Amino acid sequence: MTLRVLLVEDEMNILEAIRFILSREGWDVRGHGNGATAVEMIVRVAPDILVLDVMLPGRSGFDILRDLRGRPDTADLPVLMLSAKGQTRDRETALALGANAFMTKPFSNSELVETLNRLVPAHRSADRAGGAGGAGA
Amino acid sequence: MLSFNGLVAVCVVYVAGLFAIAFLAERGAAHGRARWLNSPVTYTLSLSIYTTAWTYYGAVGSAARSGLEFMTIYLGPTLVFVGWFWLLRKIVRIGRAQRITSIADMISSRYGKSGGLAALVTVLAVIGTTPYIALQLQSVTLAFGVYARPGAFGAPDPDYTAVWVAGGLALFTIIFGTRSLDANERHPGLVSAIALEAIVKLMALLAVGVFVVWGVAAGPADILARIEASPIAQWNGDGARWLGLTVLSGAAILSLPRMFQVLVVENQDERHLATASWAFPLYLLLMSVFVVPIAVVGLAELPGGNPDLFVLTLPLQMGQGGLALLAFLGGFSAATSMVIVAALALSTMISNHIIVPIWMAAKRGGGAMSGDMRQVALFARRIAIIGILALGLIYYRLSGGAEALASMGLIAFLGVAQVLPALLGGMMWRGATRVGAAAGISVGFAIWAWMLLLPNVGAAGLFPGLVAEGPFGIGWLRPGTPFGLAETDPLLTTMVLSLALNLFCFILGSLLSFPSPLERLMGAQFVNVYDHSPTPAAWRGSVGTADDLLVMASRILGTTRAGRLFSEAAAAQGRDDHLPEPTPDFLELLERELAGSVGAATAHAMVGQITGGASVSVRDLLAVADETAHMMEYSSQLEQKSAELTETAARLREANRKLTELSVQKDSFLSQVSHELRTPMTSIRSFSEILMQADTLEPEARARFSRIIHDESQRLTRLLDDLLDLSVLESGRVSLNRQPVLLSEVIDRAVHATSALAEGRRLAIIRDRATEEIEIVTDADRLVQVFINLIANAQKYCVAEHPELRIEVRRGVDRVDLEFADNGEGIPARQESLIFEKFARLDSGSGVPGAGLGLAISREIMSRIGGGLAYVPGRRGAVFRVALPAPARDAA
Repeated sequence: MTLRVLLVEDEMNILEAIRFILSREGWDVRGHGNGATAVEMIVRVAPDILVLDVMLPGRSGFDILRDLRGRPDTADLPVLMLSAKGQTRDRETALALGANAFMTKPFSNSELVETLNRLVPAHRSADRAGGAGGAGA
Repeated sequence: MLSFNGLVAVCVVYVAGLFAIAFLAERGAAHGRARWLNSPVTYTLSLSIYTTAWTYYGAVGSAARSGLEFMTIYLGPTLVFVGWFWLLRKIVRIGRAQRITSIADMISSRYGKSGGLAALVTVLAVIGTTPYIALQLQSVTLAFGVYARPGAFGAPDPDYTAVWVAGGLALFTIIFGTRSLDANERHPGLVSAIALEAIVKLMALLAVGVFVVWGVAAGPADILARIEASPIAQWNGDGARWLGLTVLSGAAILSLPRMFQVLVVENQDERHLATASWAFPLYLLLMSVFVVPIAVVGLAELPGGNPDLFVLTLPLQMGQGGLALLAFLGGFSAATSMVIVAALALSTMISNHIIVPIWMAAKRGGGAMSGDMRQVALFARRIAIIGILALGLIYYRLSGGAEALASMGLIAFLGVAQVLPALLGGMMWRGATRVGAAAGISVGFAIWAWMLLLPNVGAAGLFPGLVAEGPFGIGWLRPGTPFGLAETDPLLTTMVLSLALNLFCFILGSLLSFPSPLERLMGAQFVNVYDHSPTPAAWRGSVGTADDLLVMASRILGTTRAGRLFSEAAAAQGRDDHLPEPTPDFLELLERELAGSVGAATAHAMVGQITGGASVSVRDLLAVADETAHMMEYSSQLEQKSAELTETAARLREANRKLTELSVQKDSFLSQVSHELRTPMTSIRSFSEILMQADTLEPEARARFSRIIHDESQRLTRLLDDLLDLSVLESGRVSLNRQPVLLSEVIDRAVHATSALAEGRRLAIIRDRATEEIEIVTDADRLVQVFINLIANAQKYCVAEHPELRIEVRRGVDRVDLEFADNGEGIPARQESLIFEKFARLDSGSGVPGAGLGLAISREIMSRIGGGLAYVPGRRGAVFRVALPAPARDAA
């Protein structure tokens, strides 16, 4: 069962890069470029992991995250926030709002993959590990 | 009989006693203890300086020579005190209310503080008083002479006696008259000494009288019989002369400088005057009751003797050494008290109205009577006292003859009486003016001097030629009898003539001249003094006064400072209490302290108000107004400064707010720049890593990723270019290359440049080339840059199905406007103000990235080349207006 990741990012080139990297890892990658309709999209797509940019047209990533943490169906959704502003304040804000990880652009591809792997929910990772373990047992 | 040396010793002891009394009184007054000083009796007794040695000895002489004529000298004052009490009261009230220091001050104050008038009155007073002082010196010398029989041991030179007496009196007056400058010019020590002398002279005269009636004659009946038999009984009074002399002596009590001093200046309580109104006439009656008996007995017992000395020679002749000594001391008292007070009054006038004004003029400006000035004034007074006594002495030595001096008394009366019309007129008639007063006094004074003074002084041998033949030999202008005026009674003739002309000139001058505002004000204050000054408060004792002073001082200095000042002063005076005695020293200190806060004049007025019961005079008010004006000016300067400070503070706050805002903007800008730089960097890095690691990448993907890296690199470069461009433009270091150029060409270049950029959707640009044929002088490259930005924005943001941009050129009087209007959705109203901000990102919903720096740079360029760039709100699409400055001409 493939992991589904949703990228909310308005820079199409960045979106394409991440999509390529994560697809190579075997993940199901979806993209969305507008902040205003992001929550709706997230709920509909119901990803295992969310990669959320801060600076988005229509609505900021912070506002979206706050909404997500307020909804029962997305309260526990693992979220990686990306920001190009490079301010420590953004990192603090993101973590305070409930982001599971925060990365500053530009990032290294391997670091992105590692971080996302760490965020894989326990049951999803158990599924994968369980599959392997089951095979072993 | 007492030896001459014994007499001198008695005199010295007597004078020492006076010193002691004066000293004790001064100290008592300073400590507020000496209640007896502040009694109507003391006041009344001090008035008795009216009866000088001239009346003490001379009344008997006059009676012996002219019968009851001497009575007029007593009658005049009695009538004034009894009949004109209201007038006296008014003078005293004005004097206290205005803090008048002398008769000259009174007149000059009434006529608008005229310095000239004050000096004139002062000169008049000095001339009128000098013979009088000479007279006193003469009487004392004569009395000494009686004791010094020719050939006796230690026979005195009369001249030296006079010198000693004059010197002693000068010393006494200086010590008790000029100790310090009292705010109210009062001298308690001096007044108590002359009060004592008044008692001595009354007692002496009464004692001699009693001795004469019951000791020499056989009682009142015998005396009456003797009077009947004497020539005095045959004396037939000249009615006119009687009336004249009565009026003259009545005038004298009002206008003699020394009388003014004791009557007004030394007055401590207005109510004392009520007592004096009956007590003083009583005193005069007692002084006169034995005059005729002594004269009659003297004529009988001492035929050929000098009647002027009967008071002294009768007891001596009868072997009554003790009584004679008392009589001598009485005469001595009469002479000394008059000289002391006269010298004091004159010295005040000379110092205040002649020396100090001259000194101030010499010093140019000067200040109020304080510090340095006080010392000058005190010194001037001391010099003046010495000068006055020296003048009296000189006059005495020069005139020599006893007869000449005796007649000078009345002449001097008439001289000083010349101020009467101005004095009384000023108190009753508001229309009286300075010109009238000066004219009246001058004319009266001139007539008096010419007809009475000069002949009498001349007769004494000073100007024999002038007196005998007239000036320049013009006989009809001869002094004494000008115009052939009858010589029957020069005194009466001169009196009627001088006072009548004086009054005439006073009235005429007043009617013909206009009073100054100050004169008008003072006129009202004098004439309506009862409306302007409160009834003087009752004597409340020193503690009350000190209390009041403390209350006042606390208001001005603050409770702490005032309390400390008072406690320290009390401690310095050796009192346990926290309230000091209001001594002159303390009052001066207090005044200085207050002056630091409210100004000298105000401080003086306030302290005077409490201690003297004097109301605030117009002069004070003017000085206070001056100070207030200064303070208001100062305070308005402060206000201005404070306003400036407030303004500066506001500007600083504003600057600070702007700086904070700028700092926030800078942070925000840096954050934006970071974002704009990091975003392409992110793509570049990611794709670079992909390209580096994935050898198996398909050629198409490889080419595509390389393409993205290339594009993002270019985006980075553009961004850096823009940042540098903006930085140069904002710093103002941009150099413009202005050239004449056709507007159409500029637009052509911009359109051409943007057509290369256009991808996908094609933006239709609609122009009217005919309107664009305008030659402008500008930096064409920069203007192209602006137009490119506007066209590119339309390409990027116009969401219409068939996007088009309409460029319209409009010519104004002194400018050219270009409108770039697209047919898109425009910019939401709430974000119109944001579009020119750097990296503004609009929530257009179109998913187009932020505008970056384009509009910010464009607007900066337009302001550099002298035009403007604005968003035109309210249209359907997005509309920008470019304003160009126009020295615009039509293209040829």
